[in-house]
Amino acid sequence: MAVFVYAENINGIYKKAAFEAVSYAKAIATKTGDSVTAISINPTDSSDLLYKYGADKVINVKDAGLKNFSSKAYAQAVNEVFDGNVIVFPHTTDASSVAPMLAIQKNYSLITNAIEVPESTSPFQVKRRAFSGKGFMHAKADAAGVIVTVSQNAYGVKENAASGSEEVKELSIANEDTKVINHEQSSGKLDLKEAEVVVSAGRGLKGPENWGMIEDLANVLGAATACSKPVSDIGWRPHTEHVGQTGKAISPNLYIAVGISGAIQHLAGVNSSKTIVVINNDPEAPFFKSADYGVVGDAFQIIPALTEKIKALKA
Amino acid sequence: MKILVCISSVPDTTSKINFTADKSAFDKNGIQWVINPLDEFALTKAIKLQESQGATVTVVNVGDAGTEAVIRKALAIGANDAIRVNTEAKDSFSVAKEIAKVAQDGGYELILMGKESIDYNGGAVPGMVAQLLNFPFVNASVGLEVNGSEATAVREIEGGKETISVKLPAVVAGQKGLVDEKDLIIPNMRGIMSARTKALVVVEPSNSEVKVEAVSFDSVAPRAAVKLVSADNLNELVRLLHEEAKVI
Repeated sequence: MAVFVYAENINGIYKKAAFEAVSYAKAIATKTGDSVTAISINPTDSSDLLYKYGADKVINVKDAGLKNFSSKAYAQAVNEVFDGNVIVFPHTTDASSVAPMLAIQKNYSLITNAIEVPESTSPFQVKRRAFSGKGFMHAKADAAGVIVTVSQNAYGVKENAASGSEEVKELSIANEDTKVINHEQSSGKLDLKEAEVVVSAGRGLKGPENWGMIEDLANVLGAATACSKPVSDIGWRPHTEHVGQTGKAISPNLYIAVGISGAIQHLAGVNSSKTIVVINNDPEAPFFKSADYGVVGDAFQIIPALTEKIKALKA
Repeated sequence: MKILVCISSVPDTTSKINFTADKSAFDKNGIQWVINPLDEFALTKAIKLQESQGATVTVVNVGDAGTEAVIRKALAIGANDAIRVNTEAKDSFSVAKEIAKVAQDGGYELILMGKESIDYNGGAVPGMVAQLLNFPFVNASVGLEVNGSEATAVREIEGGKETISVKLPAVVAGQKGLVDEKDLIIPNMRGIMSARTKALVVVEPSNSEVKVEAVSFDSVAPRAAVKLVSADNLNELVRLLHEEAKVI
């Protein structure tokens, strides 16, 4: 029986989260000796992009009524075509809203925020994030079927080309409970949870007018920008940039923290970053104890200089 | 309007998380318990609707008697009454089943909660409750207004925001931004006194099925000692990131 995967697209386009989910489904299928079937709703991108990561089959759901996202209608659509025992979802905002509704519809176990390939597939057991980055749980599914959401930037993207085939499935799911009034989305902006490099700053920057140098550094690194809780609370930066226990949990390859002392709540949200660099003028800042590299000094001198040096390296 | 706010009792955000010696459970020794901060955003939004629209706000918690201090705090913040389902929360499914039962019995028009708890991070209860009740579901909400039999919710999406209208009854799961930090209510003496006499009804669980078991837990491995680089030698930092960590 195939391992299924929900290949999320954003306005028709597949992003990294979908490739990670397909890569993860392929890893499960390799363990169980099964094939991978991807399900996507109204994609415009080519299925070739999913074959590349191991999808043997792609079911493209065509349903004009699903132009606008609704957790309930999308869960129903996936349920129409998913007839296996295992399905992988990326743990993005939308996909992680669909998964619990599908779990109830199918009467399956749901394990969210998985970070590794399952330790066992029968019963299904996998390591997942818990305690907002302060611990891990090994969770075991009790039901015959399992829905697993995979944490972003955890398993990663692994190429594993398959010679796939495509099937189009026409559906007309009722989607009338919710209506979109306004949709603002900047397609060019790098998503914080997907970003491989994140430059983050805290109250040490003294005011919102000083974020230009953070954005400059982020630009040369191809990074997303983030901030600490106090900075978003006082409105220097939008809530969407807050990383930490009550904001977003991220795990980029490189996290650069500027003027952030490193309270335990902040560390929880970022400590699964692979490499952490801390820049702070206070040598006693607790963040240095949780960093790989540290620079003690004035961010207003260091950041512009560092930006120039990285620009030179990349040139 | 009747609003049900689901709250979870979680370790205070400053808590260090330890596990029992056999790693089979979270070690609750010395832990201070608080309302899950994301649920507190939802509760605060409900109190605003209570003030502006005369809504009644009921809080529900699935937990043993140990969670009552946290429930009383929710009453002190301004909830009208509370229900505790008398069972230890075991997994998202079993908690969702209990909440859905309470919601159905009480005929609530709006069910609010945080999008996840900061302890087990399942992020599954809101969507499960919505599906069990066959209600529409809005996740990751950062804005909410109610107009009669409809609500207007703003939800975070990858790289932006979407404003949607949703027919009530509905389940809305909030996150940071649903209310401002300055709007969070610190209970005053009058609130604390009145919370003592507000109804806190204890009901017995209706379901015992769980679908996910926690087999064991791991702590986060500590990092190796930090390598400090002089602020005058940023070339060395760039070299380390490029050659040693290989991240730029």
